[in-house]
Amino acid sequence: MRLWAALLLALTLIGSAAPSFAGPPELPKASGEKCLAEPAAMRRTHMTMLLHRRDATMHQGVRATANGLKACLDCHAVSGTDGQPVGIDSDKHFCRVCHDYAAVSVDCFECHNPRPEPKRVQAAMPETTPSEETVPAQDTKPEGPQ
Amino acid sequence: MSGCKISQTRRDVLKTVAGTAALLAPGVFLVAAPAPSKARPEDSMAQPSVRWGLLIDTNRCDQECTACVTACKDEMRLPSHGRPASDPQYIRKVELAEPKTGFTRSLPVMCQHCTNPPCADVCPTGASFKRADGIVLVDRHICIGCRYCMMACPYKARSFAHEAQTGQAPHNPRGKGCVEACTLCVHRVDAGVVPACVEACHAKGRGAMLFGDLMNPEHAITQVVAQYPTSQIRADLKTDPGIRYHGI
Amino acid sequence: MANLPDLVYQEINSKRPCFRAAVVILGLIFLIGLGAAYYMEHSGHWVTGMSNEVVWGMPHVFAVFLIVAASGALNVASIGSVFGKSVYKPLAPLSALLALALLAGGLAVLVLDLGRPDRLIVAMSHFNFKSIFAANIILYTGFFGIVLVYLWFMMDRRLKSKSSGPGTFAFIWRLVLTTGTGSIFGFLVAREAYSSAVMAPLFIAMSLSFGTALFILVMLAAYTMDRRPLGVVITERLRVLLAVFVAATAYLALLQHVTAAYWAGRVEVVDFLLFGSGFYSFHFWGVQMGIGTFFPLMLTLVPRMRSHGTLAFASFLVVIGGLAQVFIIIIGGQAWPLTLFPGYEVESSFFDGVVHGYSPSLPEILLGLGGFALALLIVALGTAILRFLPVSLADAEIDPHARKHQAETKDEEEAEPAPAA
Repeated sequence: MRLWAALLLALTLIGSAAPSFAGPPELPKASGEKCLAEPAAMRRTHMTMLLHRRDATMHQGVRATANGLKACLDCHAVSGTDGQPVGIDSDKHFCRVCHDYAAVSVDCFECHNPRPEPKRVQAAMPETTPSEETVPAQDTKPEGPQ
Repeated sequence: MSGCKISQTRRDVLKTVAGTAALLAPGVFLVAAPAPSKARPEDSMAQPSVRWGLLIDTNRCDQECTACVTACKDEMRLPSHGRPASDPQYIRKVELAEPKTGFTRSLPVMCQHCTNPPCADVCPTGASFKRADGIVLVDRHICIGCRYCMMACPYKARSFAHEAQTGQAPHNPRGKGCVEACTLCVHRVDAGVVPACVEACHAKGRGAMLFGDLMNPEHAITQVVAQYPTSQIRADLKTDPGIRYHGI
Repeated sequence: MANLPDLVYQEINSKRPCFRAAVVILGLIFLIGLGAAYYMEHSGHWVTGMSNEVVWGMPHVFAVFLIVAASGALNVASIGSVFGKSVYKPLAPLSALLALALLAGGLAVLVLDLGRPDRLIVAMSHFNFKSIFAANIILYTGFFGIVLVYLWFMMDRRLKSKSSGPGTFAFIWRLVLTTGTGSIFGFLVAREAYSSAVMAPLFIAMSLSFGTALFILVMLAAYTMDRRPLGVVITERLRVLLAVFVAATAYLALLQHVTAAYWAGRVEVVDFLLFGSGFYSFHFWGVQMGIGTFFPLMLTLVPRMRSHGTLAFASFLVVIGGLAQVFIIIIGGQAWPLTLFPGYEVESSFFDGVVHGYSPSLPEILLGLGGFALALLIVALGTAILRFLPVSLADAEIDPHARKHQAETKDEEEAEPAPAA
């Protein structure tokens, strides 16, 4: 019995110690100019930032886009061999690189798309008065209901 | 394009649009274009002084037309697995027929964005909620998938994600095990764009849908609702939907 | 009771092969249920019979049955503590244990069927107090705590005499709990088969009926398997109780439909459930009313049929009828389409205006049975580890009258030897 316990303990130790020999993982390079904060701060607080923004956007409708998940994906997404951004099923996904190392599961991508939206669609978002973008038939004369 | 320029004040823009609903014949009104709104500043909150709503003129809704349904599926990227009983539908076309007289109507039904939403009342975690501006949403971060809201909804407006999802639209994150429904295209509305169904109804259909702020007297929808009879589905339940119908 | 010595309580002998076999079988069923839940959660709910039309299926039938029965299983303890019927007191600890076990089994099924069971912590940390569901989460957790305290008072020699306080509290709590469970359906204004105030009292009657039936089955099984003496004083009383509860449930079930039928807008759904489609009306008349009401009443009330065997059979039939009743309430109620446009015939791609189909899938049923197994496993292990059950429930042990009667007969026998000799 004691032998079994010792063996189990040894196995556990070997298993859990293995990654630490390799040292902390290197984050894939991001494309943006500057992140929201220094890497050390981002490492510690990105989840708080995301959580806060998540509730503010969802419930209050605050849509400041700079510090949302979409913004993270835009800069940090990693492309696979086919040149397309990889999904969360790939261990190269920038979230997984760290989260696998820290053994913390990421729940975000159960619902959120792990790939950034192609830029084309974003450009279509109107910068000006929306009526210009969405209302093609504005040629009726301004006239109240009679 | 009309004289709508960025330099114009908001008031001018709204005036232009408020005039796009014109009466053709008793009980029939033409909505030439969807009423737009101004994009809310990114860092501002949704305000209770706004009450987003839709007006659907069933006299104009074509039985053959499903432009709104298709547009919704495209916009929200709702997949079809060929299982109609469990595939999501945020909006559907319902065909009405009165057995005695043969009177028929065709109309879209989606989340009715109630003032008193039964789904939000029954939700144990508060995942179903009504935003300050009247849009009823599911916070899928805290939805546990109990489906009590689906039991409570009088309009059968909600769907349950029965399978794992991929390729979601960034503005409509959706995943297995959570309940979902029409968001009144909240992502577009916040950006000042009308919902996808309304846009499609005007582009491809007969322009039977009018979107706007029911509390803003300058919006076409408010003016039409103030002048012509409109109804709400199951008004007897006093849920006070933000979606109104004309012609039934 | 003063003339009766304290009963001796003892653990069930866990070394008997039949006990071990029971534990192994229950364990296996429970594991199969867990496997079924994993399969459903992993694949998504499309592999079940549940859909956007019938959103609650077999897991909810089993869960609601078990939760409702849990509250009723406490009844035996309540009669002893609250209503002072001392003959029930020896069985009060088992009654409380069974109540806890059934609630655990029912909640396990309910939770494992959630779309996101991994978010259980969210359900415990985010409360919408307007929701009757959230109130139920508090009622269920509270029930665990209160019954545990009640059990402690009953099983601690020093506190035993004070156990009527916690007992009364637990009694009131469970009435509120069943009201809450009934209100889950009663408050659904848009569903024509549900929205009714009768739901709460109906659920209370159901709880008493199902809970007593399960209690009788567990008690008889425990005493038979452990070969402990069991008289007829206690079972005779339980037999009458069961009959009363079964009749009350049937009465309220009929009342539920009669009330609805009086309402112009609801005649159709009552017609659908009771007379229309073969499936639900067969279950109502055949299983709920026939197997679950008529036969048990006959078995319990006809004097010639009195035996532990018929009582067990009657209880089993009540359980079957009860499952059918919950099935009709939950599934039948959802199968009837919502009325969005009164006065119109409607048609759509989303099944408006048609009766919704539902065929239960195997994993759903296995998960439900797993909940049953979990509850019984808890009872088995509980009674094997702690002293829940009196060594003997022979009539002389628990009933002063029986003891006196027996003593008299004995005296008479001694005084006058049988004349035939």
